[in-house]
Amino acid sequence: MTVFIIRRLLQAALVVLLMSLIVFFGVNVIGDPIDMLINPEADQAEIERAIKALGLDRPIGEQYLFFLKGVASGDFGRSFIFGEPALKLILHHMPATVELALVALIMAILIGIPLGLFAGLYPDNPVARGIMAGSILGFSLPTFWVGLMMIILFAVVLGWLPATGRGDTAVFLGIKSSAFTRDGLSHLAMPALNLALLKISLVIRLTRAGAREAMHQDYIKFARAKGLRTRRVIGVHLLKNIMIPVVTVLGLEFGNLLAFSVVTESIFAWPGMGKLLIESLLQLDRPVVVAYLMIIVVVFVIINLAVDILYSILDPRVRLREQGT
Amino acid sequence: MFKIKRTLGILVATALLGGPAMAEELTIGLASEPTALDPHFHNLGPNNAMSRHIFDRLILQDERQQLVPGLATEWYPIDDLTWEFKLRQGVTYHDGSPFNADDIVCSFERAPNVPNSPSSFGTYTKGKTVVKIDDFTIHIKTAKPYPLMANDVSTIPIVSSDSGCDATTEAFNDGSAAIGTGPFKFVSYSPGDSIVMERNDNYWGGASIWSKVTFKPLKSGPTRLAALLAGDVDIIEGVPTTDITMLTKNAEVSLSQGVSNRVIYLHLDHDRDDSPFVKANGGGAIDNPLRKLEVRQAISMAINRDAIVDQVMEGVAIKAGQLLPEGFFGVSDSLAPVDYDPEGAKALLAQAGVGDGFELTIHGPNDRYINDSKIAEAIGQMLTRIGIKTQVETMPRSIYFKRASRGGPDDTPEFSFILVGWGAGSGEASSPLKSLIHTYNRDAGFGASNRGRYSVAAVDAVIEEALATVDDEERAALLAKATEMAINDVAIIPLHYQVNTWAAKKGLKYIARTDEYTLAIGVIKE
Repeated sequence: MTVFIIRRLLQAALVVLLMSLIVFFGVNVIGDPIDMLINPEADQAEIERAIKALGLDRPIGEQYLFFLKGVASGDFGRSFIFGEPALKLILHHMPATVELALVALIMAILIGIPLGLFAGLYPDNPVARGIMAGSILGFSLPTFWVGLMMIILFAVVLGWLPATGRGDTAVFLGIKSSAFTRDGLSHLAMPALNLALLKISLVIRLTRAGAREAMHQDYIKFARAKGLRTRRVIGVHLLKNIMIPVVTVLGLEFGNLLAFSVVTESIFAWPGMGKLLIESLLQLDRPVVVAYLMIIVVVFVIINLAVDILYSILDPRVRLREQGT
Repeated sequence: MFKIKRTLGILVATALLGGPAMAEELTIGLASEPTALDPHFHNLGPNNAMSRHIFDRLILQDERQQLVPGLATEWYPIDDLTWEFKLRQGVTYHDGSPFNADDIVCSFERAPNVPNSPSSFGTYTKGKTVVKIDDFTIHIKTAKPYPLMANDVSTIPIVSSDSGCDATTEAFNDGSAAIGTGPFKFVSYSPGDSIVMERNDNYWGGASIWSKVTFKPLKSGPTRLAALLAGDVDIIEGVPTTDITMLTKNAEVSLSQGVSNRVIYLHLDHDRDDSPFVKANGGGAIDNPLRKLEVRQAISMAINRDAIVDQVMEGVAIKAGQLLPEGFFGVSDSLAPVDYDPEGAKALLAQAGVGDGFELTIHGPNDRYINDSKIAEAIGQMLTRIGIKTQVETMPRSIYFKRASRGGPDDTPEFSFILVGWGAGSGEASSPLKSLIHTYNRDAGFGASNRGRYSVAAVDAVIEEALATVDDEERAALLAKATEMAINDVAIIPLHYQVNTWAAKKGLKYIARTDEYTLAIGVIKE
C-alpha cells in the first residue's frame, strides 16, 4: 500500500511539472496582460515600467526558471492583476467552491441513488419511466441555460431565492461555511442544484443499471432463498455491490465539480475558484492560472487515491490482490 | 494671472442630497471589479471609481468631469512653474486624525511607487515636485509651464501620512490602512464577492443618504440584470443594450443614461507604404491607399453612422464627428459627423486612382466596447458596398490590444485598419490629441496609442503649443484647432460616442457620469 501511494505521488509530481510547463508557455503565447491592465493614458515609459514590474521583460525561459525556483520554496508568484500571492488568492476562493461542490455531491447521492434504485427495481413502473426520461433531460440540457431558467423562475418570477452571490457564513466545528445559515442555504440552493443536475442523472443511470444487473445474480437469489427481508437484501447485498462504479464515477466527478464549476459560478456570481480561473484566463493572469491548474492536478491525484482506498473497503478482492504484489 | 474659485457649487449640491442621516442601505451591482482597495495600486477605471468612496482627491471631477474643489479649496498658478493649492481646513480621517499638507506630500510620493503595480500613477505625478508651505498650503512645481496641473492632481487619491503612506497594498485590502477622508468608511472586502462600506457621518461635503453600501461584482451581463430584477441589488451599471428596450417597459425599473467620454473610432495605417492587411484586388501588393486623403475621406463617407447608432447600438449611442462629445473642454464647434454618401465615396476613390477598390481587413476586439464586433461587421459591409472588399476579424481584447499596439516587427502596430475606443480620463481634448494624434515619440511620451502612426508636424506643433499654454481660453482654442486639423485630415475616423446605461429599482435614479464611474453618492431617490 505504501509503495503504491509513493508511486502515485511521484507520478503526480511529474504531471504537475509537465502541466506547469505547458500552461506557462501556452499563456505566454497568447499575449501578456499589460494592455488590459495599464491605464490607456499611460505613456510609453509607464508601459515599460509596468512590463518590468511584472517581470515580463525577461525571456520566457528565464521567467519559467524563476517561477520554478519560487515553487520550490512554496511561492507560486504574484497575481499580475491583484498583486497578491497567487496561492493566497486561490485559497481565499477555495472554501466557496468546496462548499458548493460538496453540497452538489450530497444532492447527487441523496437524490440520485434512491431514484436510480427505484428505477432499477421496478423498471416497468410508470414513475420509473418518468425518472429515466427526466435523467435524459438532466444530461442534455446545457448548464448555463438551466441556470438562467432557474434564476428567472425562482428568483425573478417567484422571488423565493436570491439570484446571485454567496450568503452569510457561520462557523461550525471550525469550518466557516454558508451552509450553516438560513441565508447562506438560500443562496446555495440554486447553484448547487444546477451543478448537481448532471451528476444526479449520472448516478440515477449508474444505480439503475447496476441494480438491474445484480438482481439476477446468484447471491441475491441466495439471500432471498435464505428468507432475508427485502430491505436487507437491497440495502446490504445489492447496494454494496453496485456502489463500486458509482463511487468511482462520483470520485472523479467530484474533482470536476471542484475544478470546473466555471459555468455555474459565473452565472450565479458565486465567489469561487471557477470564477477566479475564468477571469484570470480572460485577463491572462498567468501566475494564477498556472498555480490553479497545478493545485487541481494535485486535487485529482488525491481524489483518485481516495477512490482506490474506498474500493478496497467496498471490495475485499482489491485489497487481497494488492497484498499479493 | 487668474484664480479659480468654485467652492460653492459642490457644497450646495451635496448638502441638498445629504438630508437627515437614516438607516438606508444600498447594494450596487458592478460590471467590473477593482483589483485592490489600495487607491494607488492600480490606476484603472474600476479601482479609481471604488477609491473615490473612501479617499478624496485635492480636486474632484464632477459627473461631467468638470473640476470642483475636493481637499483643496482653491488652486491657481503663482508663476509659470508653480501652482499653489489652498487646503480645506478642519477635515479629519475616518480614524479621527486631522488632515494636513503632509498627507499631500507623502501621497504624491507613494502614488507612483507602489510595488507590483500593474499601472501606476506615475503618468500624472511625473515631473512634479510637491512642497509644503504651511499646514494648509502646498506648492507644486514643474520644470516647464504645465497647464494640465489641476487635471493631473484630480487623479491622485490622498491617504494619511500616519496610516496610509507607509502601508502595503495588503494592509489596504484588509482594511487596516483603508482610512481616508472620503464619504464612506471601510467595513469589509472579500475579493470576488463583496465590498462593504458605511457612511462617514463627518464628511466635509455632507453625509451621504446611504448609511451602508455594498458593492457586488457581477461581471456577466444577464446575471447582473437578473440580480436587479430579483431584488438582490438596487442598481446596476453596464446594462446590455439588447435589454434596454425591454427594461423601458418595466415599471419596476428606472433607467439612467448619459453620454460617456469614450469615442469609438477607426485608426488607419498612415505609415507603411506596404501595409500588411491592405491588398490589391486579388491579393497582390498595393501602394498603401490609406495614405491618400481622398481614400480616408471616402471610407468615412461610406460609413452610415445613423445605421450603426440605430441598428447596432439600438439607439444607445451618439454619432461622432470628433474626439470628444460637445461640452468638453477643448472640443471644436465646427466639426460635425460626416454624412453618409456612398456615391460621393466612390467618386473620391476614383479620384484617388483606386476606383475599382482594393482589399482590406478590419481588426477589432469582441469583448471590450459595447457591441464592438457587430460594429466591425457593419463597417465591413458598408465598405464592401463602395468597392473596398473588407474582411472582418475580431478577437478577445487579451490578444487584440497587444497585436494592435506592438504585434508587428520591432514592436510596431500589426494591423492596417482597426476599431478602437478612447475614453478621455482627464475630461478634456488634450488626452486623445496627445495619445492618438501626436507623432509616436517614446522619449517625450507622445502618441503612445497612435496605432496608425499618424504623423504631421504642423498638428504636433499645435498640440505641443496647447500643452504649454496655461491660459484656459487660449488652450481651449488651440486644442480645438488641433482637433480640426486632425479630423479634416482624417487622422482617425470617429464613429460614435458611447452612451452608458444604469438601471435601478423604482424610486432610485443615478446621476450618469461621463467617466463611466458608478458612485454611491450619485444614486439619489426620486
